[in-house]
Amino acid sequence: MALVLVRRLPLPRLRTGVGVQRAMLLTGLVLTALFVLTAVLGPALAPHGYAQLRDTEGLFGSQQHPSGSHPLGTTIAGYDVLSRTIWGARTALLIILAALLLSVVPGTVLGLVSGYLGGRLDRLLVGLADALYAFPPLLLAIVMSIVISGGQSSLVGGLGAAACSVAVSFVPQYFRVVRAEVIRVKSEPFVDAARVIGTGPWRIMTRHVLRNSVRTLPLIFTINASEAILTLAGLGFLGFGIEPNSAAEWGYDLNRAVADVTSGIWWTAIPPGLGIVLTVLGTTLLGEGLTDLADPRLRRRTDAPVPPADGGGDGD
Amino acid sequence: MTDLLRIEDLHVSFATDTGPAPAVGGVSLSVAPGEVLALVGESGSGKTVTARSVLGLLPATATAHGRVLLGDGTADPEEDVLTASPARLRALRGTHAAMVFQEPSTALNPVFTIGWQLTEGLRAHGHGGSKSERRALAIEWLDKVGIPDPATRVDHYPHQLSGGQKQRAVIAMALALGTRLIVADEPTTALDVTVQAEILELLHRCRTDFGTAVLLITHNMGVVADLADRVAVMRAGQVVEQAPVRDLFAAPAAPYTRELLAAVPDFGTGGRARPAAADVAGQPVVRASQLVVDYPGRLGSKGFRAVDGVNFEIHPGEMLGLVGESGSGKTTIGRAIAGLTPVTGGRLELFGEPLTRKRKAVAGRIGYVFQDPATSFNPLLTITDSIAEPLVVHRRELGAKEIRTQAEALLEAVHLPRAYADRYPHELSGGQRQRASLARALALRPKLLVADEPTSALDVSVQAKVLDLFAELQQELGFAALFVSHDLAVVEQVADRVIVLHRGRIAEEGATSQVLGSPQDDYTRRLVAALPVPDPVRQARRHHSPVAEGVTGP
Repeated sequence: MALVLVRRLPLPRLRTGVGVQRAMLLTGLVLTALFVLTAVLGPALAPHGYAQLRDTEGLFGSQQHPSGSHPLGTTIAGYDVLSRTIWGARTALLIILAALLLSVVPGTVLGLVSGYLGGRLDRLLVGLADALYAFPPLLLAIVMSIVISGGQSSLVGGLGAAACSVAVSFVPQYFRVVRAEVIRVKSEPFVDAARVIGTGPWRIMTRHVLRNSVRTLPLIFTINASEAILTLAGLGFLGFGIEPNSAAEWGYDLNRAVADVTSGIWWTAIPPGLGIVLTVLGTTLLGEGLTDLADPRLRRRTDAPVPPADGGGDGD
Repeated sequence: MTDLLRIEDLHVSFATDTGPAPAVGGVSLSVAPGEVLALVGESGSGKTVTARSVLGLLPATATAHGRVLLGDGTADPEEDVLTASPARLRALRGTHAAMVFQEPSTALNPVFTIGWQLTEGLRAHGHGGSKSERRALAIEWLDKVGIPDPATRVDHYPHQLSGGQKQRAVIAMALALGTRLIVADEPTTALDVTVQAEILELLHRCRTDFGTAVLLITHNMGVVADLADRVAVMRAGQVVEQAPVRDLFAAPAAPYTRELLAAVPDFGTGGRARPAAADVAGQPVVRASQLVVDYPGRLGSKGFRAVDGVNFEIHPGEMLGLVGESGSGKTTIGRAIAGLTPVTGGRLELFGEPLTRKRKAVAGRIGYVFQDPATSFNPLLTITDSIAEPLVVHRRELGAKEIRTQAEALLEAVHLPRAYADRYPHELSGGQRQRASLARALALRPKLLVADEPTSALDVSVQAKVLDLFAELQQELGFAALFVSHDLAVVEQVADRVIVLHRGRIAEEGATSQVLGSPQDDYTRRLVAALPVPDPVRQARRHHSPVAEGVTGP
C-alpha cells in the first residue's frame, strides 16, 4: 500500500516544472529532507539528551545564554535548547507516521467499500464522516488526551492522543477523497467489463478500483502531515502534550518559553518555533508543488509561448 | 476569384512532456466565397488543428508558423490571423469567420437564454442598435434557421432545446453576425442520423440563402458527399489530395484516399455474403418476452422507461443487429443481457434459463465488447493481464503459466503481435485496444457476444479491419452475437437479422436486406433516408427522391 503510494508520487515530473512551481517544489523537498534527516540522525546530531540536565561538569543551569557548550543556551528548566529542538524533530516525525497510519488505512478502506457498495451503508458512513468533520480537531485532541492519559503523559500516551485525534479528523478526509474517486472509477467501462466477466465484488474493488482511486492520496498526505505537527504542537502548547522527560516536543518548549520572551530571552522560543514553521512550510510546499505538477492543466511548460492575453485590452 | 480564406504553408506543433509534437506540417488551402470545403481525415490527421487556427483558437501549448489569411471576400485576404493582435482577433471572430463546434450542448452557456447568447455576439460587435431591436433580430435569426416558435424559444435556456435545435442556435449565432465563413468542426457527429440530415440541410441553406462559405471538418464520408463542393484529404498533418467532390469520389488520385474510400461501409450496396450459420431450430441463446427496463427517477419524479415491452430471440450462431437512435434503448438491452442493468419487467432467458441474480452460472458464457476501447481496460494492468482476467476468475485451476499461454494465444487470434503482450492499454492504438477487447470477450469461448457500438469510436479504416476480424472470428468460433449500433451501414455489413428500435419499442424486425433495403415501417424509412451515402451522385439523387423529402425538406 505504502509502496504504491510512493510510486505514485510524480517525482520524475520535477524536471518538467518551471519557475515558481519548481522553486516551491524544490524548497519543499529540501526542507522536508532536512527535517527527516534531522529526525533520523537526531541522537548523533544532538550534543545532549532531550531530558539531560547535567553533564560531567555539573548542572547546565537555567536560562543560560548561548555559549560554546550550549550553542542555543538553556531553558528555564535547564535543558539544552539545541538538543531539545533536534530531538523534537523525532517526535514530530513519529506523530506524522502514527497519524497517517491511523487515518490513511481506515479512511481508504472505508471509502472504497462505501463508494463501491453504495446504498444504506454508504449513506450511514457519509453521515458519520460529516459529523466528525464538524468537530474542531484541537478540542477533540484535548478530550482525547484527557481520556487516554489524564492530560499529562508519556511519549506513547501523548503521541497516542495526538495521533488519534489527528486521525479522527483525517479519516473523513481520506474517506471522502477515496469515496469520490471510487464512485467515478466504478462507472468506468473497465469495471463494467470486470463485472461482465463475473468477477466478484472484492476482487473488483482491490484489483480494479482501489489502485485507480488512490492517485491523489500522496498529495493530501503531505498537506496533512503539517496538520499533524500543528495539532501535536497545539496540544503541547496548551499543556496537554508530552512530559519533557518522556520526549522533546516543540509545542511544550514553546509554552515554557512564553514567559521568557517578555524578559528578553529569545533563544528558548525561536528554535522550536522555527522547527514547527519550517517543517510545516516544507511539507505544505511539497504537497502543493506535487499537486500542481500532477495536474497537466496546472503544469506550465518551458517551451510553450506565453499565452496570448486574450481577454486583455492591449489594443492594436 | 478572390478567396475568403487562404492558408499558406501552415505548421503547428504542440509542446509536450517529451518535446514538441508536430500536428500540422505544411498545409495550404483556400476557401472561396460561398464554397463548401470539406477537410477530411482520420483522428490525429491535423484537421481540427488546422480549422482552429483559422480563428486563432489554438491552445497555449501550440506554436504555429506560416500564414492564415482571412478576408471579407471583396479583395484578396491579407489579414494574418496568426500575427493579429488580440483585439483584432476578436473583431475578426464572428464577422469574418465563426465556429460551429461538435458538441452543441457544451458550446452554449447553460445559465443564459438562447436569445441572450445570440444578442451577446451582436452587442460585442456593435450591431443591432437598442436592446429590443437586438431581441427582434435574434428572433428573426432563430426563425431563419428553422427553430419552431422562435418568439418563445428566444427566452429558453439551452437545456430546454434538443441537440439539433441547439446546433441550429449555434449556427444562427454565426449567421446573425453576417459571417462570411463558418468553420464547422464535426457539426453533426454528436447528433442522431435524422437530426444530422436536418443540420446538413441547414448548412446547405447557409450557402444558398446567405452565401456563407463553410469549412467543414468531418470524418464522415457520407456528410462530405452530401454537402461539400471540394474536398481536402489530410493525413499525418499534410494534405494528400485536394479535388472537387465528384472527382474525388469517382477517381481518387492518392493511394491513401483510395484506401479511405474503400474502407467506408457503403450503405445500400448489399450486405456481406455469408453462409446462413444461424441454427434457427435449436434452442435460442437469448429469449426476451415483454422485456421492460426502467431507470429509476429521482425522488418524486417518475422513472424513465428505456425498454418497453420488447420481444426477440437470438439463435445460436446468429448475428443480430440492434439499431436505433440515441435513447432508443438499444444499449440498455445489451447491458440487461450482460446483467449490468437490472430488468424490471417481462422475461429474459439466457441459454434457456431465466435470468436470476446468480450471474456466476452465465457469466462465463457471455462476452461483452464495449464502445470505447480507451476506457474499457484497467489502465494499470497490462493487456495480457486484462485478457487473462476472465480465465483467472473462472478457470483458476489452470495455473498461472497455462493462463498466460492461453492469453497469448488469444492475442494471436486477434492478430496482435506478441510484442504487445506486456504493454499497457494507453500504449496501444484505438483499433489495437478494440482487438484486445475482443480477445478478452472471447477468452472463455462464450456462446454469446454482446458488442455495444464496438466500432463507433474508431477511425473508418480501423473500423473496417475490426469488422473483418469480428466476422472472421464469428465464422471460426460460431458464437451468436448481438451487435448494437447506430450506424446502419455497419449493421448492414455484419448482421443476419436486424431489429430497429424506436423509443424503447421495436419498430421493425427482419432479415437485414429486407429491413434496410425495403423498409416497411415509417420510422425505419426515415432512418434509412436520413443516412447520407458516401457517393455524391447517389446522395444528390436521394435528396430529390420522394422518400427523402419528408425528412430533409425544409
